[in-house]
Amino acid sequence: MEHDVRKSSDNIIISSLDKLISWARSTSPWYFQFGLACCAIEMMATAASRHDLERIGMMPRSSPRQADVMIVSGTVTLKMATRIKRLYAQMADPKYVISMGSCATSGGPYWQYGYHVLKGVDLIIPVDVYIPGCPPRPESLLEGLLKLQEKIRHERPISEKLK
Amino acid sequence: MIFEDIKKSLDQQFPDLVLVAGEDPFHFITIALNKWSRLARFLHNNKDLKFDSLHCITGIDNGPENCLEVRYNLFSMTHRHWLEVRIELDRTDPRLPSVEQIWRTADWLERETYDMYGIIFEGHRDLRRILLEDDWEGWPLRKDYITPEFYREMPVPKDKI
Repeated sequence: MEHDVRKSSDNIIISSLDKLISWARSTSPWYFQFGLACCAIEMMATAASRHDLERIGMMPRSSPRQADVMIVSGTVTLKMATRIKRLYAQMADPKYVISMGSCATSGGPYWQYGYHVLKGVDLIIPVDVYIPGCPPRPESLLEGLLKLQEKIRHERPISEKLK
Repeated sequence: MIFEDIKKSLDQQFPDLVLVAGEDPFHFITIALNKWSRLARFLHNNKDLKFDSLHCITGIDNGPENCLEVRYNLFSMTHRHWLEVRIELDRTDPRLPSVEQIWRTADWLERETYDMYGIIFEGHRDLRRILLEDDWEGWPLRKDYITPEFYREMPVPKDKI
């Protein structure tokens, strides 16, 4: 957006609605506050004062209806997978999913003999960003979230709809 | 109370109770299935033994040819002594009396053992699966368990993806 902004002397910013919407979305992706396993501890650390997710506009919401981003932080057991599917369906569009850590991405240490683990959350819901690590450090999660913001910023929601 | 004294007092109360006694790594006794319910009440209520704390219930599968086994790890907060009770079960119809109403902590422990091994604790007031879904088929920690290929249309083994 920075490149297209023309500033007049009367404090008017001219931009396309497309870019304005995607910019607004990208700077406040509220995430769904739920954790599955040890990755959730790192997510909490990322949200806490040292790394502070709120400085990049991310706020935890306790209801899927108010959340834009679902951070799947941990081992997706088959029992939880049915719940995740439902929670994802309850989120309002536009919605994004981050697969945090190797368990959520591929089953992690349970990939071969885990009778109870789903081998990757992308088998049930679409994933936007994968973050490797076991568990990923807060810096990795921040990097992933900034990548997601970048992705959202490059979306053109209105022109895509008109196509 | 040391293990020899515990064993002596059990021998007095229930003759022919202890089938095997030893140390592996804790002092244990192996008993017959039909004595468990009376023994449990005695261990809990007797003032010299007073096993008021049930630390753990473990299920064991000794292989497809052999028996299932349940182990109880008991501790007395009052007297500071330990005892492990082992009971061997028939593989085709594993049943034993519940101690859920003697030690309340056995409620969840027995449900977990049921969940993983299919061992039925008779007299338990709420015996259903605790960790897995209610519609799960089979007993996952048994040696002859076969991992399902799909669960609610989700692929389970890696090679099915």
